[in-house]
Amino acid sequence: MSDTAPFPIRPARFRNPTEETPLVRRLAILAAVLGLALLVFAPLLVVFAEALAKGWLAAVTSLASRDALSAIKLTLLIAAISVPLNAAFGIAAAWAITKFDFRGKAFLITLIDLPFSVSPVVAGLCIVLMFGTNSLLGGWLVAQGFPVVFALPGIVLATMFVTFPFVARELIPVMIEQGRAEEEAALTLGASGWRVFRTVTLPNIRWALLYGVLLCNARAMGEFGAVAVVSGKIRGQTATMPITIEMLYNEYLSVAAFSMAALLTCLALITLLLKTALERRHADQLSAAHRH
Amino acid sequence: MQIEIDEIAKSFGSTTALHPVSLSIPSGALVALLGPSGSGKTTLLRILGGLEYPTSGRVCFDGQDATGLSVQDRRAGFVFQSYALFRHMTVFENIAYGLKARPRASRPPKAEIARRVTRLLQLIQLPEIGPRYPTQLSGGQRQRVALARALAIEPRMLLLDEPFGALDAKVRKELRQGLRDIHDETGLTTVFVTHDQDEAMELADLVVVMSGSQAGGRIEQVGRPQDIRARPATPFVRDFITA
Ligand SMILES: Nc1ncnc2c1ncn2[C@@H]1O[C@H](COP(=O)(O)OP(=O)(O)O)[C@@H](O)[C@H]1O
Ligand SMILES: [Mg+2]
Repeated sequence: MSDTAPFPIRPARFRNPTEETPLVRRLAILAAVLGLALLVFAPLLVVFAEALAKGWLAAVTSLASRDALSAIKLTLLIAAISVPLNAAFGIAAAWAITKFDFRGKAFLITLIDLPFSVSPVVAGLCIVLMFGTNSLLGGWLVAQGFPVVFALPGIVLATMFVTFPFVARELIPVMIEQGRAEEEAALTLGASGWRVFRTVTLPNIRWALLYGVLLCNARAMGEFGAVAVVSGKIRGQTATMPITIEMLYNEYLSVAAFSMAALLTCLALITLLLKTALERRHADQLSAAHRH
Repeated sequence: MQIEIDEIAKSFGSTTALHPVSLSIPSGALVALLGPSGSGKTTLLRILGGLEYPTSGRVCFDGQDATGLSVQDRRAGFVFQSYALFRHMTVFENIAYGLKARPRASRPPKAEIARRVTRLLQLIQLPEIGPRYPTQLSGGQRQRVALARALAIEPRMLLLDEPFGALDAKVRKELRQGLRDIHDETGLTTVFVTHDQDEAMELADLVVVMSGSQAGGRIEQVGRPQDIRARPATPFVRDFITA
């Protein structure tokens, strides 16, 4: 290697032949920073500035109102239900796809990606059509005292539909790359299928799984379109944080709207921080797309 | 343990991996499956280990039909081509895995497991590496750990897929002797796959020469190394061992 050469072979006045001139480099960096500032930091600042326009007290008071608390609780509850379920489905789907050969595998892979290409609003409408009071299934469920649309189950379904791909898509490339040799080795050592899954498969995908769960969680808390259709936007009952923000904003209650928005942003920033930490520490165990 | 392979054939969908093959392996023998890539060596080894079920034919262990025996119940120590060590476990945990996976009734107590792992680490002449992770080992060390892990379950036979394939020439020579020593010490019926005729001839008591074609892999000749050298049964064998 050249860095072990006994004398300096690259005097300081020559620049690295593969690098651009300093001017070009600085311009490129400046453009990137300006773009980020304009598109990301400025809106974030505005959100927090608007939230605190009438002081901390007003912001906190608006968040402590009954409807606001209900929205926060609902959003956390939805994430707490839909993220673990989607993690389980995602693991199952990735496992089936990568460890077994079966007919219709390609179709299943396409199906997993479907939520990315379908507009969330359309997804919400589908749920309303399937489970609404006018449908056969929905009518029966309402009669059993278990309404889906305009209630928690519908919101969870909509959220799950929209966030379904995150975990599976994160796991599939990692599991394909790892192959099935370790699982087979465990089987030959006498381990049962469930034990192999618990002691070999799961530990090998744990960081990728956590990564997928974080992405899934961020989207679950922020989802607007699909939830807007199925929730009915009932204040204090089915209004999630994003829905509440929209309603407050439309009513010109800007401090309340932006306080809630700032809180949602904080939740997203925490996710982002965790995600970055994961990428730094465990890049080798995430799928190739996240490696630096 | 004596192994009897009776007209075993295997297809994957439309590809035929093994034309029906028959082979008798005496108890305690060290056998090489020798042949070019695609001749069905790995497939035959995996069928013996229970990782693949044959499309037709039978496998018998000590005269007992074992064709449908599950992979867990076969107790075949299997060393995979790239070793397949558990990457998130230390060497110690890797070797202990099979003992810990036993049903509670036959699972040795912790101290006994530790004692056995230590003894196996001595057997492979790497007594110090228990706390290390697979990524911290050289290729040769990994191969020996894989061997120790397979031996830990007190297997009835040892199956190795290209155990020296990923190693450089010098290490390969050392480990050949290592496998021979372990075989002689344990007396286990051992089958290893190789495409290197020197390796097969030098190490094995019995060499099984295989060839591949569209119709599937088949056995060309079975014999002691010196007999195969002296009297190749088919033109294929002659070409292959002089190549
Ligand atoms: N899981 C599988 N699916 C489809 N074809 C396979 C599979 N495993 C092996 N084969 C085919 O079977 C033939 C024999 O393969 P293999 O047993 O790996 O040969 P070798 O180990 O001698 O190189 C090859 O043509 C290979 O492509
Ligand atoms: Mg092979």
